[in-house]
Amino acid sequence: MLYDTVAGLRAYLAASPLAWLFATVAAYLLGRWLYGRARERQVVNPIVVAILALGGTLWLTGVDYADYFAGAQFIHFLLGPVTVLLAVPLYKSLRLVRRAAVPLAVALPVGSLLASLPAVLLAFWLGATDGVMRALATKSVTTPIALGVTESLGGLTAIAAVVVVFSGVLGGMMAGVLFRVARVRSPAAQGFALGLAAHGIGIGRAVQIDETAAAFAGVAMGMNGLATALWAPALVPAVIRLLE
Amino acid sequence: MLNWIAIVLGLQLLGELAATVSGLPIPGPVIGMVLLLALLLKMGRLPEELDRLATGFLRHLYLYYLPATVGVTAHLALVTSELVPMLVAVVVSSALAMVVSGWLVQGLSRNLEDGDAV
Repeated sequence: MLYDTVAGLRAYLAASPLAWLFATVAAYLLGRWLYGRARERQVVNPIVVAILALGGTLWLTGVDYADYFAGAQFIHFLLGPVTVLLAVPLYKSLRLVRRAAVPLAVALPVGSLLASLPAVLLAFWLGATDGVMRALATKSVTTPIALGVTESLGGLTAIAAVVVVFSGVLGGMMAGVLFRVARVRSPAAQGFALGLAAHGIGIGRAVQIDETAAAFAGVAMGMNGLATALWAPALVPAVIRLLE
Repeated sequence: MLNWIAIVLGLQLLGELAATVSGLPIPGPVIGMVLLLALLLKMGRLPEELDRLATGFLRHLYLYYLPATVGVTAHLALVTSELVPMLVAVVVSSALAMVVSGWLVQGLSRNLEDGDAV
């Protein structure tokens, strides 16, 4: 009797997207909650906590990623509209940085290329597989854009999502030391570098510096996402062809 | 609010159609983002409803990419065996990008505005 109920429940949960929608939101909230408890220290990264919690749940229940995704795809779908909505913060911060148009016009293409191509080259020389190497091209780009671009580059999107998290977390961690050693002192420059190399997580760091840094980080993230989406699909395959 | 949801979805759809028709490998939503930015620049102001919609949605940005990121559990062997190249690539390339772009913004704004903070 009990067994039948459990089996029936399992069948219901497997067929309905609800369980995995719930698990995804719950893992996200758990990450945020622990992060808040740790007083927003970088040691407890909310994204890493959420991935470990969800990944652990899948592993424990023996559920296939494909089955999980069949439910969670409704959340995944929101990446599209959210990418369109990125135009809003970009528009807001563009208004604040209008006076810095020239420095930004120079720093954007240079920074965008440096945040991407050296990673692809290093991955090639260190013997990474093709899908990983291609996924590294968008490592500094905000995830919704990175996933779309990686798909058109023929890289592994799951790896792209992970290296984007690496870039955000590591970029945020390196920033203080790098700025001190390289004497990058103006809040505008620090914010721009953070948003360009470490996307949303970099903006989070820039907000702690001041409002100018936050505005420049917002512009850098939006413009780098846009720039990479424009040049990477043409340039990255050409570079990889040259290497091979 | 609902109007802006329709506009955002419509722009994404336009973007997807433009990407498919042109054959350009640019993601449709990115084209949608450019279209929305162009619309805002043309309007010259940010409607409050759109601002609220965007702020509400973007606050939980990483919830939306959690399903894709968890896909890494299907590639755990690959991540473990290639963790070193991945980390080296990320650290070196991000450090380069941050230092050089920081220098450029700092140096060029200083020249332009003669010491004024931007």
